[in-house]
Amino acid sequence: MFIKPRFRLVPDGTRIKFMRGRYLGLIVSAILSTASVIMFFYPGLNLGIDFSGGVVMQVRTDGPADFAQIHTALAAAHVPDQGLQRFGDASEVLIRLGAQPTEAATQAAVAQVRTALEQGVPGSRIERTDAVGASVSAELFRNGLLALLISLLMILVYIWFRFEWQFAVGAVVTLVLDITKAIGFLALTRIDFDLVMVAAILTILGYSTNDKVVVYDRVRENLRKYKSMPLRELIDLSINETLNRTLGTSMTVFLASLPLALFGGESISGFAWVMLFGIVVGTSSSIFIAAPILLFLGEHRLRRDAAPPAPAKAPPAKATTAPRT
Amino acid sequence: MMYFSRMKTTIILAVCLLGVLLGVPNLFPAPASWVPWRTVHLGLDLRGGSYLLLEVDMKAVIKERLDSLMDGVRQDLRTAQIFYQSLDSQPDQNRIVLRLRDASKTDDAVAALRPLISPDPNTGQPDMSVSSNPDGTITLTLSPAALSRRASGAVEQSIEIIRRRIDETGVVDPQITRQGESRIVVQLPGVGDPDRIKQLIGKTAHMTFRLVDETANPNGGGVPPPGDDYLVLQDRPGEKIAVRKRIDVDGADLTDARAGTSPETGDWVVNFTFNSVGARRFGDVSRANVNHRFAIVLDDKVISAPVIREAITGGRGQISGNFTADSANDLAVLLRAGALPAPLTVVEQRSVGPELGAASIRAGALSLAAGFVFVIAFMGIFYGLFGWLANLALVVNLFLMLGIMSLLQATLTLPGMAGILLTLGMAVDANILINERIREEQKLGRPPLAALEHGFSRAYSTIFDSNATAFLAHVMLFVFGSGPVRGFAVTITVGIATSLFTAWMLTRLLVSRWYVANRPKLLPV
Repeated sequence: MFIKPRFRLVPDGTRIKFMRGRYLGLIVSAILSTASVIMFFYPGLNLGIDFSGGVVMQVRTDGPADFAQIHTALAAAHVPDQGLQRFGDASEVLIRLGAQPTEAATQAAVAQVRTALEQGVPGSRIERTDAVGASVSAELFRNGLLALLISLLMILVYIWFRFEWQFAVGAVVTLVLDITKAIGFLALTRIDFDLVMVAAILTILGYSTNDKVVVYDRVRENLRKYKSMPLRELIDLSINETLNRTLGTSMTVFLASLPLALFGGESISGFAWVMLFGIVVGTSSSIFIAAPILLFLGEHRLRRDAAPPAPAKAPPAKATTAPRT
Repeated sequence: MMYFSRMKTTIILAVCLLGVLLGVPNLFPAPASWVPWRTVHLGLDLRGGSYLLLEVDMKAVIKERLDSLMDGVRQDLRTAQIFYQSLDSQPDQNRIVLRLRDASKTDDAVAALRPLISPDPNTGQPDMSVSSNPDGTITLTLSPAALSRRASGAVEQSIEIIRRRIDETGVVDPQITRQGESRIVVQLPGVGDPDRIKQLIGKTAHMTFRLVDETANPNGGGVPPPGDDYLVLQDRPGEKIAVRKRIDVDGADLTDARAGTSPETGDWVVNFTFNSVGARRFGDVSRANVNHRFAIVLDDKVISAPVIREAITGGRGQISGNFTADSANDLAVLLRAGALPAPLTVVEQRSVGPELGAASIRAGALSLAAGFVFVIAFMGIFYGLFGWLANLALVVNLFLMLGIMSLLQATLTLPGMAGILLTLGMAVDANILINERIREEQKLGRPPLAALEHGFSRAYSTIFDSNATAFLAHVMLFVFGSGPVRGFAVTITVGIATSLFTAWMLTRLLVSRWYVANRPKLLPV
């Protein structure tokens, strides 16, 4: 039983005409992305303290946490605008304080909470303290954004270099759409947007690119192989040929991330849920977004470019339009 | 493609074996102390501990430099008998501006101030410029190079003093490193509540001994007379005391400080010893001021202001001031470690208690095990024999990752554990690509060996391209990320590299061995 494969995800010779649904795919994607962008502004992201600055303290109490007691203790110690939240099991509480005006005030707030709990909530233990000052949070935000932008740029350049510019543009536009949806997911689920989420988004970026590259690679190969096949059929053929791999890989990555979402603990499960969402989005966008964009951009040009014996690079005059698109 | 020379086979297997050997120490405790047992460093989020990011107050560094420069200017002009109308420091512009009473003496003044310029010990460049302006003022501007050297020195000195202070607390293995221009990272493994350490490093601990001006009336309001400061008392914050600006003895002249109890009262005190310079000055001042009060000032607060009963010549003294055992001890630590050149502020703190860290390790390990089983089951079910070969490569891959990370002494964080899981999921992608390709080639009617050859060689460029982009994205994450997120980026980049090796080299070798042994008519793909 260990020799032969047991199942196939998709039977051989499957020929689904994906490009028929290209408008539908793009429209659905556009709607979802637009909704995400709207949600980015309203209600907006739930910024974690990495980016907003402030204090988060995770407290374990003896037995189920008594919110009223904690509230009273904090209020008695004049702790500024606190928010309480259950975290994991019933005896864990997250205390959040908003951004404080100065670094010293941030540290003072940590000390205040500490004394308040010592005096007002006997048996409580502070398990985690994160305090981020305003200057650091601004810096972290800038760096996160920079990492994202530079990664996108490098992916653009890399694919452009290895393929034609149509592929690069198709991939990067799709990636941007993927990212907006991931951000919409964050806004919808109210998961804290912090540095770990930037890591999640970058991982989705890497995963999604990987998926697009595999499909594109097959398109490139088939362009050389079938000189006269219309691009639309050729893209459909390429997607179908790689469908087992696309679904297979997304399943393994999905299966690998699932336990993390289920048992990884409160502080990493948000990351895992975003990853799971990103895997689904990234896989479907390879088929329904990246491929149609390639079809629109390359309908006439790719065929003509591929006509000479050696697969020619796009002429420079056209190539310069790529970054602006 | 499917032929492996003996040499190549040996190298591949040797790398795998080495990887496993390097990875094994992470799974078991060291059998004996002489065995080299390098393991992955656990991040503070997993082992429990605190990360503090401190910012050195550079404005204070500049201000202090300008203040001492102003003293120099006053002295030089007094010696040269030149009188000035105003003398101001402008810390924002790194300069001092002065206006003379008699503008015709400008050239003389500039000449008198020139000796204040000192050359940089490394470059020989002057550390500031003295110039007269058309509007009759004279400016002394510090050069940016000299300032940044001073700032850099202040950071280095702060690191040294923080290290001394933390060492006194008995924290094991603290890491204190510089970050960027003006920041210091302090990592304290095992310290879930860094409150005491924050208090210890949050104090400049600049101690001075100065005379009390008994003629002034500090609590009546108004500005202090020239040459005096009104300072608050440490124990009674509402009360002020007039202290001379002139520093008679500086805390830098202390050689030792210990907490103890006073034999007479039984209260906690701090006993200190001066070096020879401090002892002589302290002796002189106390002899000249018997029956007057002198103040012991710490960071602009008066700890105590006793009356001098007799000349203190032994170079030893005692500070009393409502101490508890802890506060006396802390003060002694601070005095022994020396004063910080500038105040420090904590701009970022991340502390995790050991319990939470252990819980994270458990959760991470559970997820890792479950994810591993899922992926292995998937590959076995969907790809049969070649799937199991890929699984074998996956196990080797896990060891290689751990081994390389141990070798690099990289840090494993909770996001890093997530990174390992994702890598496992992504690592089999290469095998899936190869298997699908082999299957296609066989479907085209190629005999087994040719199908393997084509399958591997055609999958290669796809594997390379798809991994290269992911690699780039995570290198960026490492460059711009910080803390635990960096750990994530490290595991993923290492994982991409090792999975390329195991998928491309090891599985191919295994498949080729299997083929040579069985010579099947049809590949089980």
